[in-house]
Amino acid sequence: MKQAWLYTFSFFLLMNCTSKEEENYTPVVYELKIPQLFKEKLINQIVPANNPLTQEGVALGKKLFFDKILSGDGTQSCASCHNPQKAFTDNLQFSSGIDGKQGIRNAMPLFNLAWNFDEKFAWDGKDFSLENQALEPVLNPIELHSDWKNVAKKLQNHSEYPTLFLQAFGTSNIDSTLVTKALAQFERTLISGNSKFDQYLLGEATLTPEEQNGFNIFMDEARGDCFHCHGSDNNPLWTDNQFHNNGLDASFSDLGLGAVTGDPADNGKFKSPSIRNLKFTAPYMHDGRFVTIEEVINHYSEGLKPSSTIDPLMKKVNQGGVGLSAKDKADLKAFLLTLSDDDFVNNPDFQE
Amino acid sequence: MKKILLLICLSFLLIECNSTDDVEVEKISVSLQFEHFWLASPLTASDLDTFKFETKNGDFLKIERLRYLLSNIYLINDNETFTFSDYTLIDLEKDDNFTLQLSEKIVPGSYQLKFRFGFKDDDNIDGAYQDLNTVNFNVPSMLGGGYHYMQFDGKYKDNNNQDANFNYHAIRAVDRSDPNNLVYEDTSFEVDLGTLSFISNSEITVKVNIAEWFRNPHTWDLNQLNTVLMPNFEAQKLMSANGKTVFSLGDIN
Repeated sequence: MKQAWLYTFSFFLLMNCTSKEEENYTPVVYELKIPQLFKEKLINQIVPANNPLTQEGVALGKKLFFDKILSGDGTQSCASCHNPQKAFTDNLQFSSGIDGKQGIRNAMPLFNLAWNFDEKFAWDGKDFSLENQALEPVLNPIELHSDWKNVAKKLQNHSEYPTLFLQAFGTSNIDSTLVTKALAQFERTLISGNSKFDQYLLGEATLTPEEQNGFNIFMDEARGDCFHCHGSDNNPLWTDNQFHNNGLDASFSDLGLGAVTGDPADNGKFKSPSIRNLKFTAPYMHDGRFVTIEEVINHYSEGLKPSSTIDPLMKKVNQGGVGLSAKDKADLKAFLLTLSDDDFVNNPDFQE
Repeated sequence: MKKILLLICLSFLLIECNSTDDVEVEKISVSLQFEHFWLASPLTASDLDTFKFETKNGDFLKIERLRYLLSNIYLINDNETFTFSDYTLIDLEKDDNFTLQLSEKIVPGSYQLKFRFGFKDDDNIDGAYQDLNTVNFNVPSMLGGGYHYMQFDGKYKDNNNQDANFNYHAIRAVDRSDPNNLVYEDTSFEVDLGTLSFISNSEITVKVNIAEWFRNPHTWDLNQLNTVLMPNFEAQKLMSANGKTVFSLGDIN
């Protein structure tokens, strides 16, 4: 009998130790793999003090990103529209949600998000911070169409998630705040910075004459003048992360930033996307209206439409654009494709 | 003995007097505030995106974006320099960047206030400033690299009363008439706002009259000079000349 008591006592003692161990589990700091050019050229990326990157948090975020448990009927995950093989977009003009409904915007690719210094996310900048952005698709009736109480309940009753949350955040009480924190941690690790052009800037690759000419057109104020919005050899993000009306329409069915700010001067403005990874991210523009890179270049060359909010950087609007030659257009495309990062889309850390 | 005691007392008194002379003067802080105008009318972010300004040439315009770079902003007295900032980018849309604080307190007195519009050549190092790279303020290497001095964009009513774009972008002037022998001219310029006297904590206001870019000494015709001005050697020199009357001293409080 004495021995039985001793065993029982020891058992509870050990249980107690285990539970304390879990409570005191300290997640391991996750070091972002920042490309050399980013370190040299850019100020530090944004990681909120209340959501530092940890290995456990990133791993949990990745699991959640690919898990259909976030959708109302368990049929879709974030990755359904943000496919890593497509630089985290899909090849559809408009993605369909779990009910088969479509919106009016093209799914944005996801990379280098920690360098969006104004932290305005989505085509119209409606979401401040990555954490807040991740709240919306779960609720949106044309996307994952669920509700956060339901999602939290499913995760709470899951065989693995409570432990994973405990390890990542020190608590197994799952709610939307922790889910979006984990998703944001994973998204901040999606860094694309190893294209041919990056290698060229590092002296590790050579451009063809066509690619070099295309870069010159991109940087020439009298021809492409792309650099004012889309960065340069000194800004490896290849975007300004700002909002512009790039002359797609003379009148607007989608107000873009204007619907968010309520300022008519913002009507028709949408975020400049990065021109990295265009090889994988067709179709293009906020409404996916252009199927090919050629169509995009033709738009800037001769398809501009005037409006009161068209960006002043759009040259020769009344003539439709700057009128690039066929050779310049082909070379510009060749340059744009040097910004394709195959390592990024094939990175095993980012696959399901 | 009495005399000796008296002498000792006097000595201490004199020493005391000297030490009173050595009392450290209380130092003061100085800040610099930039206020924007179109002629005499204050100009803020709320004035953007509306046709409400008329140039000396009679061109109506609206401002949509105005960012400019100032460098080497400092106070100087006989032998010391006190720096507000090595460089700063002022963006009319972001009113949190209009005030600069001197990094250290200074002794009250007279100081000269100087700064430079843009970067002088020695400082205009291609890709060297991470914060400026991040906000796309670079100049393409085909134009000599380095950084813009100013990006001033908007629309004007052209001769047909149609909206037309302008990009009044100031950079170091480059003459590309011989592509194999580019000729550069440093079109940044120093602004000397004279000698100012401070007796207590002070805030200096610098008035920035945007209309002067189109006004003095060259009357700017937007129908002639509107876009693709970066590679225009002569246009850059005209901008530099007009810029010299943009900045003036306002109140000191």
